[in-house]
Amino acid sequence: MTDIKTHELIESPPAPVPKPEVAGPPAATGWLQRAASTTTMAVLGLTTFTLLWAWGSTYSRELPSPATAFGTLRDLLASPFYDHGPNDKGIAVYLIASLGRVFKGFVAAAAVGIPVGLLMGANRWAWKAANPLVQLLRPVSPLAWFPIWLVILKDAPQAAVWVIFITALWPIVLNTAAGAAAVPKDHRNVARVFRFGRVAYVRHVLLPDSLPAIVTGLRQSMGVAWMVIVAVEMLSGGTGIGFFIWDSYNALNLSKVISALLVIGAVGLVLDLLFLRLGRAVAVEGAHA
Amino acid sequence: MSLDLKGIHKTFTTAGGHRQHVLRGVDLCVEPGEFVSMIGHSGCGKSTLLNIAGGLLRPDTGTVASDGVAVTAPGPDRAMVFQNYSLLPRLSMVDNVRVAVRAARPGRASSRSDEVAERYLTAVGLWEHRDKKPAQVSGGMKQRAAVARAFAVEPRVLLLDEPFAAVDALTRARLQSQLVELWQSESETEIVLMVTHGIDEAILLSDRIVVMANPPQPSVMDIITTDLPRPRDRVSIIDDPHFRVVQERLLGLLLIEDKEPVAV
Repeated sequence: MTDIKTHELIESPPAPVPKPEVAGPPAATGWLQRAASTTTMAVLGLTTFTLLWAWGSTYSRELPSPATAFGTLRDLLASPFYDHGPNDKGIAVYLIASLGRVFKGFVAAAAVGIPVGLLMGANRWAWKAANPLVQLLRPVSPLAWFPIWLVILKDAPQAAVWVIFITALWPIVLNTAAGAAAVPKDHRNVARVFRFGRVAYVRHVLLPDSLPAIVTGLRQSMGVAWMVIVAVEMLSGGTGIGFFIWDSYNALNLSKVISALLVIGAVGLVLDLLFLRLGRAVAVEGAHA
Repeated sequence: MSLDLKGIHKTFTTAGGHRQHVLRGVDLCVEPGEFVSMIGHSGCGKSTLLNIAGGLLRPDTGTVASDGVAVTAPGPDRAMVFQNYSLLPRLSMVDNVRVAVRAARPGRASSRSDEVAERYLTAVGLWEHRDKKPAQVSGGMKQRAAVARAFAVEPRVLLLDEPFAAVDALTRARLQSQLVELWQSESETEIVLMVTHGIDEAILLSDRIVVMANPPQPSVMDIITTDLPRPRDRVSIIDDPHFRVVQERLLGLLLIEDKEPVAV
């Protein structure tokens, strides 16, 4: 995974973000063989985990067995969209509500974080002004912002959106700043010699050169935002997958909690793959040519 | 049009905190129509001097004047070709030229800019490759695009920083001929100032060669006039007795220090 090192950020403009890389299996001969071994090992891992779980559940009255949990998951997925009042909806309804909140907070964070990050990376003074604040606030759990937003907005689900905004903001700002600070000197010299105006510089140099780092930031943000939404919805209540988990816990239905967990994981995986794809699409061959 | 550098001094502070006096008292006046090369060992400050002439760097003391007007920043009267091509990787060859020309000549109609871009890309034989990205073409083609980009701005002064160092010998020979052709006939460019490591390249192309010494000596060791008639033929020029004389003088000057071999 590409990540920027924290200690570097505190001292100085960050180091260039390396190209996103995906760790792959060691080379095998032929894709068929590779796919077969990948699938076999994945099935083996999952089976081992399920067996351990089944074994553990025989010692506990609370922990449901895999069979029970998968049964519940199947039932939940069988009618995902029903709506029988505020506390009884299909799992997809909760998921969509949570995704909507994440999406709103994420878009707001990108709209603020990308320009701020570009400015911080491109301008020494902006960096010096903003970096201490970012470093101070970044280690704070985004959930700590919940009361502040609640007081301001007086609406718990709305406050959850703005907690997601804070969550997603820091990775976007810092990765974008790292990308903008790593614009090759050659490109800056070209812009100076041919006297690029501000618009041309941003459009043809700053933005294209920062793009891979921006997407890395977006990907990290989305990952963390999807984790935090569950926690913040446990606090905020209302419709959402976090509320669903908390509600199921209160009903002492761990089967539903585990089902929700698996669904959340699957959605998170899909989101991450989307951004991985996007990252590959914006990578440029011979970026420093 | 002339390019006038007077009393240029430049010091850098190294990572270790030492102040290094890179350029010491450089005086150089390039006359209209002149091709001047700067040659010297690595670290003699020739690229620094070129960047100062381009306005990318400011000297500590001394002045640069282009046609009597003080140079303090890059301007449309001076264009540069960098050693490592420096094309923008996401733009096609033609867009690299167009974007630079439009930026450098904002007053000009964009149709005119596009026309000039086409003319110079055609002149360097790249018009049919105009839609390729830099990563899709060879190093020689990238450098031709960079040369076209610089000429398309229609500068009076062209500044070249070891432009052909990274290409193979055959490509270099072609590029050298194209450069001279563009400078002498097709373009508005009057002055060429080039940093090079190649003694033969300097003699083949230049009217005068500035031989630079390593710090802490005074930067300009000698200025040699080549006095070879144009057009010059790269094959027969080697047998010209005057070529030999200049070559020996340059070798003599550059080998005094004998710190590193010079490409011949």
